[in-house]
Amino acid sequence: MAKTHVSTSINGEATEFLCEPGDTLLDVLRNDLQMTGTKEGCGSGDCGACSVTFNGALVCSCLVLGVEAQGAEIGTIEGIGDNDKLHVIQEKFLEHAALQCGICTPGLIVSTKALLEKNPDPTETEARYYLAGNLCRCTGYDKIIRAVMDSAEVMRGGA
Amino acid sequence: MSEAREFKYIGQSTIRPDGYDKVTGRAAYGADLTLPGMIWGRILRSPHAHANILSIDTTKAEAHPDVLAVATYADFVELQSKSVAASEGAADVLDLARNCLADDKALYHGHAIAAIAARTERAAKDALSLIEVKYELLPPVMDVEDAMKDDAPVLHADMFTAGYEERPSKASNIAVRTEMKMGDIDAGFAEADVIIEREFRTPTAHQGYIEPHACTVRYDEDGQSMIWCSTQGHFDVRTSTAKVLGMDLGKLKVIASEIGGGFGGKTVVYLEPVALVLSKKSGRPVKMVMERDEVFIATGPTSAAKLRAKIGAKKDGTITACQGWMAYEAGAFKGSPMMPGVMTMFTPYECANVTVEGFDVVVNKSKSAAYRAPGAPQAEYAAEMVVNELAEALGMDPIDLRLKNAAKAGTQTIYGPKLKTVGLVECLEAAKNSPHYQSAIAEGNGRGIAAGFWFNIGGQSSVTVNMNPDGTGTIVEGSPDIGGSRASMQMMAAEVLGIAPSNLNPIIADTETLPYSASTGGSRTTFATGMAVIEASESVVAQVKQRAAAVWNVTAEQVDYADGVASNTAGDDKLTLAEVCKSAEQTGGQISGMANINARGAGPSFAVHICDVFVDQDTGKVDVIRYTAIQDAGKAIHPAYVEGQLQGGAVQGIGWALNEEYIFDENGVMENQGFLDYRIPLASDLPMIETIVVEVPNAFHPYGVRGVGETGIIPPLATVGWAVGKAIDRKVEELPCSPPRVLALIQNG
Repeated sequence: MAKTHVSTSINGEATEFLCEPGDTLLDVLRNDLQMTGTKEGCGSGDCGACSVTFNGALVCSCLVLGVEAQGAEIGTIEGIGDNDKLHVIQEKFLEHAALQCGICTPGLIVSTKALLEKNPDPTETEARYYLAGNLCRCTGYDKIIRAVMDSAEVMRGGA
Repeated sequence: MSEAREFKYIGQSTIRPDGYDKVTGRAAYGADLTLPGMIWGRILRSPHAHANILSIDTTKAEAHPDVLAVATYADFVELQSKSVAASEGAADVLDLARNCLADDKALYHGHAIAAIAARTERAAKDALSLIEVKYELLPPVMDVEDAMKDDAPVLHADMFTAGYEERPSKASNIAVRTEMKMGDIDAGFAEADVIIEREFRTPTAHQGYIEPHACTVRYDEDGQSMIWCSTQGHFDVRTSTAKVLGMDLGKLKVIASEIGGGFGGKTVVYLEPVALVLSKKSGRPVKMVMERDEVFIATGPTSAAKLRAKIGAKKDGTITACQGWMAYEAGAFKGSPMMPGVMTMFTPYECANVTVEGFDVVVNKSKSAAYRAPGAPQAEYAAEMVVNELAEALGMDPIDLRLKNAAKAGTQTIYGPKLKTVGLVECLEAAKNSPHYQSAIAEGNGRGIAAGFWFNIGGQSSVTVNMNPDGTGTIVEGSPDIGGSRASMQMMAAEVLGIAPSNLNPIIADTETLPYSASTGGSRTTFATGMAVIEASESVVAQVKQRAAAVWNVTAEQVDYADGVASNTAGDDKLTLAEVCKSAEQTGGQISGMANINARGAGPSFAVHICDVFVDQDTGKVDVIRYTAIQDAGKAIHPAYVEGQLQGGAVQGIGWALNEEYIFDENGVMENQGFLDYRIPLASDLPMIETIVVEVPNAFHPYGVRGVGETGIIPPLATVGWAVGKAIDRKVEELPCSPPRVLALIQNG
């Protein structure tokens, strides 16, 4: 089957790739572009490990087709934080021991950033519901939520 | 060890050394490796729960231009025939091989039948439909009760129940029957004023790690084959794979990737031997990654169980007799965790008269695998429920009843040894004094409490600490880091060497770099591998003393070492660790410490949990309102990650108690093979999980460590089950307390 040529932007960088019509954005990121920071946990939009932003909206990249990326702005975990400085959310996840195995962490960090851009001052309940699409099997979420709430406070310019 | 000991680094919650890679997406997990020329493997799985395989025709698949190799069980047979057939434990190797690829029977929905390697993942998946399999359907056996019936269809014609004095005359689905006892059970019940007896059921539940099984392999005909995979133990992957394929251990190198959760489920091989066969046949590196439905239908759930618990006590609360019966589903091949269920069931309590009988039963479900304290949650659920009911019948506070009978140093266990120093009493007292237990139960809510016991294990760990010429070092260990253990290793080495943890880099070495290390499991890593890290670091210190002594022309005994500095007790000389390392070239070469140990003396960890729930009387939905987990860590090396283990274990247990279960149709086909329908807890389902870390040191570890990873999943089943029962004024005998079941209890009484 002929492949489709796609021009897109990933983390602000103009990117081109060829993909088959059935390839998901997640397939393209991981297998064609070797951006393996985005993880696959289910392939059905239930676990959130593959969370990315698509034109600013938080999506599961396993539910987006590669061809849909044409002309879009994609944001992945690789675009969060600078080379020499972690993003506040990344720092807080480490500080609060909010990860154990770490497989859900990239997705959770992408989702947390999306949450705090939308709602800089979430209640604990709002944070829990916004992140309900990101499954973590190790932590019981306690330390994740603490990291999210602490990140929000720092990002708002609080203590 | 001295309880008054002060630590410089132990007990701080440092930033984990692998943290940067894990929050930036750089960490490489099982599915993240690509090799040049790599192709993709996929597995064809049985759509039937129980069937004879009459034929497998792969000719069409082999003819497909994108398909480079096809594998079936026949490929294993060809490889194995020389070595395995005659070897010790051959039957277990055959079970393992037959689980990786079915022989003449499909034994569960999802059982691997054949495998294909093709140029792309999609081509491999599509080509599976070209394999033609002829099945003869057999009636599926889907639960222990049916499986144990005299006229049940038999899964394995050559399986005769072990554990009876005389070998049974006919094959059955009961692999093993066991009984453990002490004292006189009848006399014990005769002494009792109150006796409680109930029957319980727990569902088939999955470990639910978020990372599916994955590997990338390369077969090398002449030299060394390689497996990169997500596993809790790469040395055991090497052993299992080598056995299935009849290979020498030295011809197979296994590299553990980062691991995205395991909880016991990543201690067995599914894909690796198949992938190596595909690689051998195609001459190409092969990558295999399971999809989520494959993880559910074909990898280790934990055993569903049917249990009976009977307990008797005097009016003053003294427990006089405990009796248990349990039948655990092994899945399609023998080997459920029934035995640890028997051993742990009543261990939290001191009682002279105890009898527990257990059965390991095969059914047409995927082969069960270890799941966090394997076997204990089911058995202790039954026991803790009747202990709570006993407290109620006696009019006693459930913590007071437990305190009166709590196991302590010297308590005789049913499995042999007497307990050494343990922390159950301390956990119960902490629970009683906790803000949660002291708080009032809100109107309409239910509160539950339960204890939990797990042995923990030690085992073999190999560690080398290599010092660099600038005084920094590398901790080379063989225990895959599943939840932050690198941080603990770093801190323990830092404590011995007296230098900041950040100067030491822990790495998980492959099977060529270190001697054998047992898998990360049994809550053993911080205890046993930690012990090896301490010993290897002490060896470095001893060598540093010798080098300094040589420089000062004194004996090593005349050299003190503290806070990273060697001092000459016969003079004023001092040399830092970094200075000794820098001059190592002149004093005899570089410095490294090694410890290859078999750690003994793992300390059991007890826990006590408290839970308040609210139950929606119209829908049967249960909300966890407040939850507290209390557990003895011996010594918490990294307190934040210890808390994390308590919280994570509690929430897995909450999921098991409230929602998680395999649902099968009448043909034995799993219906809820995804995270939408097999519902593990979400952030929105839970409150914060309060923790109290109790520290009753384990005398057999230099720093007092007990494993903490597993115990936390044991108490939630009875804690939540009892709380739900109180909220709806019913007896909960069957888990999970999912809305339909709870609603039925409410409506039917």
